[in-house]
Amino acid sequence: MNELLAILEDQPFFADMEPEHRRLLAACAAKNGYPAGTRLMRDHEPAETFWLIREGQVALESPLREGCVTFQTLGPGDILGWSWLLPPYRASYDARALTDLHTLRFDAGVLREHMEADPAFGYMLMKHFSALIVQRLQAARLQALDIYSHGGPGHGT
Amino acid sequence: MAPETLQPRADSALPEQAMAPQPWRIHSVRPDVASNEVFSWTLYPEPGVEPGPPPAPGQFNMLYLFGVGEVPISVSAITADGGIVHTTRAVGSVTRTMQDLGPGAVVGLRGPFGTAWPVEQARGRDLVLVAGGIGLAPLRPVIHAALERRDDFGHVVVCYGARSPGDMIFRDELEAWGARDDLDLRITVDRGTAAWRGDVGVVTQLIDRGGFDRRNTLAMVCGPEVMMRFAASSLERRGLKPEDIFVSMERNMRCAVGFCGHCQIGAHFVCRDGPVFPYPVMEPAFRIREL
Amino acid sequence: MEVITPQAVDTLIRLLASDGYEVVGPTRRDGAIVYDRVHGLDDLPAGWTDEHAPGHYRLRERDDAALFGYVVGPHSWKKYLFPPQETLFRLTRQADGSFTTEPGESDAPPRAFIGMRSCELAAIGVQDRVFLGQAVQDRGYAARRRDVFMVAAHCAEPGGTCFCASMDTGPRARGGFDLALTEVIDATQHFLVAEAGSDAGRAMLDRLKPRPATDAEQAAAERVWAEAPEKMGRQMPADAREVLNRAFEHPHWEETAERCLSCSNCTLVCPTCFCSQVEEVPDLEGQRTERVRRWDSCFNQEHSHLVGGAHRDSVAARYRQWITHKLATWHDQFGTSGCVGCGRCITWCPVGIDITEEVTAVRRDPEGRA
Repeated sequence: MNELLAILEDQPFFADMEPEHRRLLAACAAKNGYPAGTRLMRDHEPAETFWLIREGQVALESPLREGCVTFQTLGPGDILGWSWLLPPYRASYDARALTDLHTLRFDAGVLREHMEADPAFGYMLMKHFSALIVQRLQAARLQALDIYSHGGPGHGT
Repeated sequence: MAPETLQPRADSALPEQAMAPQPWRIHSVRPDVASNEVFSWTLYPEPGVEPGPPPAPGQFNMLYLFGVGEVPISVSAITADGGIVHTTRAVGSVTRTMQDLGPGAVVGLRGPFGTAWPVEQARGRDLVLVAGGIGLAPLRPVIHAALERRDDFGHVVVCYGARSPGDMIFRDELEAWGARDDLDLRITVDRGTAAWRGDVGVVTQLIDRGGFDRRNTLAMVCGPEVMMRFAASSLERRGLKPEDIFVSMERNMRCAVGFCGHCQIGAHFVCRDGPVFPYPVMEPAFRIREL
Repeated sequence: MEVITPQAVDTLIRLLASDGYEVVGPTRRDGAIVYDRVHGLDDLPAGWTDEHAPGHYRLRERDDAALFGYVVGPHSWKKYLFPPQETLFRLTRQADGSFTTEPGESDAPPRAFIGMRSCELAAIGVQDRVFLGQAVQDRGYAARRRDVFMVAAHCAEPGGTCFCASMDTGPRARGGFDLALTEVIDATQHFLVAEAGSDAGRAMLDRLKPRPATDAEQAAAERVWAEAPEKMGRQMPADAREVLNRAFEHPHWEETAERCLSCSNCTLVCPTCFCSQVEEVPDLEGQRTERVRRWDSCFNQEHSHLVGGAHRDSVAARYRQWITHKLATWHDQFGTSGCVGCGRCITWCPVGIDITEEVTAVRRDPEGRA
């Protein structure tokens, strides 16, 4: 437990939370690992978990008929999974370990109950995940803009 | 108050050569991407040409093609023996003509011009470089300087975003930097390929992974404006003070000395007061449309 | 103070010419008072004046024979110091693929400017800061500027679009001239009060054989100076810089853009606008080429060219750039306003956009709510 708390304190996503809230999160977390190639999430399957990636790299993929397209990768310090927050609590993409992973795995089902029971905690966690989702949304927009197709600094005609 | 009239001075602070293209010869040409859309020239002055001071990281030269025209191109490296490396993307009429030139051709050069990256100010601190696309070129001299005097800096983090693996420039050097344990190179592409094993996503997510001391870091950002804006937000979110973030701007620089008026952003001439600016100075340019 | 006769102005022109100056001054042509070569008194627009209003300029005969009884025409002295077209360099290809660069010749003779207005002297001070006051001096400008003999004519006839009094640049010239004249004319008398502003001006004035002014003549000149500011048709708010620095996103610019034709007339007649572009002009054999500088304007779309399109694509952004640069950011760049209050941009705007009214409109409604 103390070890998990220490890990959370070191991570930007958790660092600014109340110690009490961090303890609650640590109580729902467990250290674990996955070998490369593991599929941690599958599009449309129930989402009852999220992960803090401590080591390794994860690809977020959209399954297409021609195969999977990676639209983003996550690495150390990143949070994987937010579909557990909102109904219908189903994943909206695949997540696949590109390397061996060390993670903290959070039981989101239990956390949801805590959030309902303790609105202060619920609001705090919702705020943190909203910021994360906004960040991902902005990143997706930037990607869609294809920003590198026009010139660049110091380059005229 | 009516400004008093002035008298011409006997000397300019910059020599007459600041305005006249001087002949420099292309020693070698290197395609930086497979399509040769981005290429690097190593240039040496022709006999009799008095080169200007060595360009500082972030400065640019005006490159001139006889009978064609002139463009501002940032310096992407200098060689030990006085050569200057310019990396260009063929996107306009002048740069497309440049693409066809080979070793031995003579081009015009005047400069260096503009402000430099504040490398000295980063001494004793962590250094975060964020480059997008060809924006890696103006930052490469900073990486060279940091590696040359590696002990002067704390963590050195280089975040590089490219459109796709095939659009990445300086591939050999990226590989060499990636192999070092005293440089934290992070690369991401907007669109991966089947063979791509690295990160996918925008360059800002590389910043979000931290790995630098928020209280003692200097950041330099170069890339498309929208990318710089998002990168600056990410850096601020990581705890950097706005004044510790520097950006390099692009505008229509023609004369390079504040005469022609084309490159103004508000009160600033990008050629004279930039291209490298502290982020707070350029913040309105990111916010106000068509400034 | 000293007095010279109108005929002495003829002597002045001829003496300057015999001293080797190309003498340029006001003359009547194509329905306007323009600046061109003058050879004697007959070339000056004696007995003519000009009416100014937004988008309106007309010559009108005076009921006297005043030499300098007009406001200002579309030309300014800018065209001599910073010509509309100028070859900066001539380059020649060498056999080994290299090239040589020679400066474009500055063949301009020393010039004498006759009849400069106070606002125009101020405008030269403004352009001096651009072309002489930065790290690099403009070679051609410095060469032409060095040799100018300046004869000011204190303005007695500010027009309907003038506002130099509110810019503190006139109508009486306070310095920068070699010689300054105040023309006094009424039913009974016609003379000019002359002041020297330099050693060269003093020497020239002596050659014109002036006589000391009487008390009455001096009083008459002082009356001209005192009355001139009252004739000014317009006024610039004193806080124009602050107003514009707060108005980058003011909706008013969209309204102005509906009228603005983006024709660049205002920048062409402006005595301080300095934007230019350099074109490559090669010969047919490809052995010689020239770098030719021409006036440009921030109203041209190409002015803000970037890969992917013009940065200031909208007319609103281009108008805002012009007015904000002129009245606000110019201070940051060069320590002075870029506007001298001559009113040309108002007179020569085909749709009569009024720079003073633009500032007033934004000032009246800082939040853009109206």
